Amino acid sequence: MADLVGTAPASAFPATSSSGALLTIEGLTVDFSGVRVLRGIDLTLSRGESLGIVGESGSGKSVTWLATLGLLPRTANVSGSVQLDGQEMLGVAASRLDRIRGGRVAMIFQDPSSALNPVIRIGKQVGEVLARHQGVSGANIRAETKRLFDLVGLPDAARRFDAYPHELSGGQNQRVMIAMALAGKPDVLVADEPTTALDATIQAQILDLLTTIRRETGMALVLISHDLGVVSETCERIMVMYGGRVVEAAPSDSIFANPQHPYTQGLLAALPPFDGALHRLIPIEGQVPEPANMPPGCPFAPRCAQRMTVCKETIPPLTQTEAGHFSACIAGAVTEARQSLKVHKSVLA
Amino acid sequence: MLRFAAIRILRAVLTIALVVTFAFLVLRLSGDPARSIMGDDASPEAMAAFRREWGLDQPLWAQYLHYFAAILHGELGRSMRGGGPALDLVLGRIPATLMLTLPALLMKLAIGIPAGIYAALHRDSAIDRAVMVTAVAGYTVPSFVLGLVLVQVLAIWFAWLPTGGTGSLQHLILPIITLGVGGAAVLARFVRSAMLEVLGQPYIRTASAKGIPWAAVVRGHALPNAAIPTVTIVGFMVGNLIAGAVVVESVFSWPGLGNLLVVSVTARDLAVVQCILLLVAVAMVLSNLIVDFLYGFLDPRLAEANSTGGH
Ligand SMILES: Nc1ncnc2c1ncn2[C@@H]1O[C@H](COP(=O)(O)OP(=O)(O)OP(=O)(O)O)[C@@H](O)[C@H]1O
Ligand code: SF4
Ligand SMILES: [Mg+2]
Repeated sequence: MADLVGTAPASAFPATSSSGALLTIEGLTVDFSGVRVLRGIDLTLSRGESLGIVGESGSGKSVTWLATLGLLPRTANVSGSVQLDGQEMLGVAASRLDRIRGGRVAMIFQDPSSALNPVIRIGKQVGEVLARHQGVSGANIRAETKRLFDLVGLPDAARRFDAYPHELSGGQNQRVMIAMALAGKPDVLVADEPTTALDATIQAQILDLLTTIRRETGMALVLISHDLGVVSETCERIMVMYGGRVVEAAPSDSIFANPQHPYTQGLLAALPPFDGALHRLIPIEGQVPEPANMPPGCPFAPRCAQRMTVCKETIPPLTQTEAGHFSACIAGAVTEARQSLKVHKSVLA
Repeated sequence: MLRFAAIRILRAVLTIALVVTFAFLVLRLSGDPARSIMGDDASPEAMAAFRREWGLDQPLWAQYLHYFAAILHGELGRSMRGGGPALDLVLGRIPATLMLTLPALLMKLAIGIPAGIYAALHRDSAIDRAVMVTAVAGYTVPSFVLGLVLVQVLAIWFAWLPTGGTGSLQHLILPIITLGVGGAAVLARFVRSAMLEVLGQPYIRTASAKGIPWAAVVRGHALPNAAIPTVTIVGFMVGNLIAGAVVVESVFSWPGLGNLLVVSVTARDLAVVQCILLLVAVAMVLSNLIVDFLYGFLDPRLAEANSTGGH
């Protein structure tokens, strides 16, 4: 019952653009051996949109997208709905999923050096995608791979085809991963902390590259990160996750100008200021709860300075607080309690 | 690459020298060949003559130097029992041993590898558990126990197969099975865990995220990686082709190298024992060399380390 209340209707969380939903996730939940780690995710992604996902470690950012692409281990129990252009993706035959993965939705991962196969030449690893999703074959694979390597700014592209991952730096390997993702000409690229394992300058270069490519190809970008700052520079819209739920979602500028959820406010307070002045950063006190010990009410309640008694019992639903801005906080929703209640009735009806 | 090879070969030669020295010491210090070959009731004069003939009256270090120098000249000595060249005696037994160990090796590979792969791909399924239980049983039961049980059941109760000896293809079956079961079990367990390790790696998830069908992910991305650690244990089994059948040859009275070893050790027939040990060491060292080069071939990370001289 609590979960039903906590699940916002998809219609209450529309995409910012009007060109129609490309990817729609509704009520996505994931359980690992009976423990719920993802507790009802709803989101809509439009064509060409850039969406940032932020949250502390363990908030369910990766699991959301691994579940979407059917990449979780068999021990995971996934339910809900994921639709790409209106076609259901969850639970479809492997052969259909394999046409979507790498072709329509590509995903790259945190540590590029372990995400590439150590015993296969990188050119061949990219070529696999070309052969599978673009029907490229023979000598064209080498030519097209070189073009992709040039596109992602891999130095000495022609010679790199025969290199192994260990012969490249982390940043270069991440460029290979991006080239591999682009090889399928995807509509969506999900980048799961693509720069966490890289040093700061390389990090900026990779983020620039992703932004440029998105502009040029018109694909949608989902950028997962711990870092609200990184995401806000790259993405138009931000979704904040906590304890396996979405706690706030809004356009980037709106998140910065007017953060609604105490957790988002905490994340912002922990950001170094833009002017570079040395203010004391205020980290959020306490720890993310373990999925097995999730508090019954608001997942953030144990750490929330604005906590009220109801917070410990009721799971606050994701509610629209202003146009395009959604937050899951009882305190923030008090003023709009009536509207919020109406939304619930319409969901339950 | 050259330097890599030179280091490996030097190490191989040192290993063999160590084995030779060790065998010499253990055998010379553990008993008196004159007594064990001539028998307790031989006359003191005969014993002394025997000792003189085989150089056993010399100080130990002189015997050792003499022995080592002879080996360097390719002279492996004569059997104290028969008098013939030890090497001929030993080489003559090799075909019989290989007749058991080669098919047994094939059996290990043909059963162990697919079973391990299958178990890993169907982790925690009923078949996985069955494979693992069988594997644990297969490698905890000593081969002489298994051999005796097989003889009892198949040869004595059902009388389908001979209990031991030579003469027909039927004679081969029980010893080969006895040899193969344990190794297949070891290999199955090993391959399973190597596969599980590889299947948990991020690059496998990457391959799936690229839309590569699972069968192709397993074939093209998982197996080549799982092959790398597996080569070690298969190399060990290959190195064991010559020496691996001692117990089973005894159980089935099979006239192979293992049998010769047991007889020669009991008799303290030094030259023969040393010749066998030398051969075993050479086989082990050779298989290690092959494994090392195979590593370089299978794993580009090592290939590079090798070509730059291990830096
Ligand atoms: N294979 C798995 N088995 C069991 N639990 C898992 C598994 N994968 C993830 N989890 C759990 O699911 C929860 C969410 O994990 P997830 O990886 O999505 O976090 P995240 O937000 O991506 O964190 P990070 O920033 O550390 O990557 C965590 O509590 C994690 O322990
Ligand atoms: S619902 Fe309550 S505990 Fe949760 S964030 Fe809002 S005020 Fe804090
Ligand atoms: Mg993650």
